[in-house]
Amino acid sequence: MQPGLLKLVRLVAQRDLRLAIRHWDQVIQPLVFFVIVTTLFPLAISPSLDELRRIAPGVVWVAAMLASLLALESLFRPDVEDGTMEQWTLSGQPLSVMLLAKTATHWLLAGLPLVVMAPIVGTALGMPRSVWPVLAGSLALGTACLSILGGIGAALTVGVRRGSVLLALLVLPLEMPVLIFGARAVDLAMHGEAALGPLNLLAALALLFVSLGPFAMAAAMRISVES
Amino acid sequence: MTSEARITGEEPKSGTRWLWFFKLASPPHAYRLAGLLRPWFFWPAVALMLIAAYGGLLLAPPDYQQKDAFRIIYVHAPAAALSLMVYVVMAVAAAIGVIWRIKLAHAVAASCAPIGTWFTVLTLVTGSIYGKPMWGTWWEWDPRLTSELIMLFLYLGYMALRASFDDTQRADRASAILAIVGVVNVPIVKYSVVWWNSLHQGPSISKLDAPSIDSSMLWPLLIMMLAFVLYFVAVLCNRVRSEILKRERNTAWLTERLARS
Repeated sequence: MQPGLLKLVRLVAQRDLRLAIRHWDQVIQPLVFFVIVTTLFPLAISPSLDELRRIAPGVVWVAAMLASLLALESLFRPDVEDGTMEQWTLSGQPLSVMLLAKTATHWLLAGLPLVVMAPIVGTALGMPRSVWPVLAGSLALGTACLSILGGIGAALTVGVRRGSVLLALLVLPLEMPVLIFGARAVDLAMHGEAALGPLNLLAALALLFVSLGPFAMAAAMRISVES
Repeated sequence: MTSEARITGEEPKSGTRWLWFFKLASPPHAYRLAGLLRPWFFWPAVALMLIAAYGGLLLAPPDYQQKDAFRIIYVHAPAAALSLMVYVVMAVAAAIGVIWRIKLAHAVAASCAPIGTWFTVLTLVTGSIYGKPMWGTWWEWDPRLTSELIMLFLYLGYMALRASFDDTQRADRASAILAIVGVVNVPIVKYSVVWWNSLHQGPSISKLDAPSIDSSMLWPLLIMMLAFVLYFVAVLCNRVRSEILKRERNTAWLTERLARS
């Protein structure tokens, strides 16, 4: 029996959410990493809030980018290792839709907590409260981009031994535009200027990646699974 | 080639029309052709380089502002253009390889990567040497330098991905996807970096203002550009030949050919 696309998406999402609840410690780890990395900057640079405020947008964004990179490790690897992914590729269902559903669920578990956590971390670095909406909005759009780009990289490297360093090497250069637009939006908001320009560009990037990325992801996954 | 046999066998009409294409894609033919073409690209490239170097270093007058230091653009600008062009060639070859499953196209893509990397390194090195007298620093976070650096990272990532697979066919197809994703991203990187920089600081010295450059300075640059392109094709022929040797080392045609020579 062929389930409809929406049902397929729901099944994939339900399964991944259930797995995440049972291994909630793995879901928390990238978030803890995010907080630890942002703690390093005051220690390394200066405890003065005036100085930290200047670099806060960049610090939060770089830390979020690294945390999302770290979370990618658990995106496909367990399923490829236990053979689930092989069944998916053979199931006759559109692999791109299933991978998109999986990546979207992954974003809920890895991206959304960063979006919620960022204002708290930002405040600790001296960001005014007026910046919160822009910070959260830019991170919400940006982590969606990072999830898709990272998903392509993760699908390419999942069959490779010691793939995580390689993954960073592949994905980080591709993610630089997202970092530029995201950090710029927050920076503009901190100076009291309109941040809509970079946010629109981020939204455009997110649309581009969400619409084209799943096909690249599926093609990459087929290569990684067959061997 | 099985694909050639299948196409010509089942569809004689389209087969004859596309025969040259599949013939070109067959490794023995491509190996011979690349060997034949190589000197026809290499020696003109050397000759044009010498002409352009003479024109650029001796005939062209010194720049009124930058004096003789501007002459490094005769290496810098063609290398920068090539570093982008080679990436596009690589991605197109990779796409052809994925879509029509032509192994030779993958060999071309794989051969492009190291050449492009060296052009990018050359651009960065000459750029920072150029920057020292112009801007007073070896490195400036100028949009062109920064996007060139990201370009270098893209090339390195491509080669690292290739190197991580033992199986050539999987390496071909995986790296092809990366090349295609990368080429979609190159303009985004380019424009985001330009935009990032334009908000940070005023525009730097424009290095290549096309309308304001004197023709006595321009013609050596254009000839050098052509020479670089020819040189790239010559090196590509060479690399594709060795790539074919590596991939076809267990085939009958190669053993025969080696036995003959």
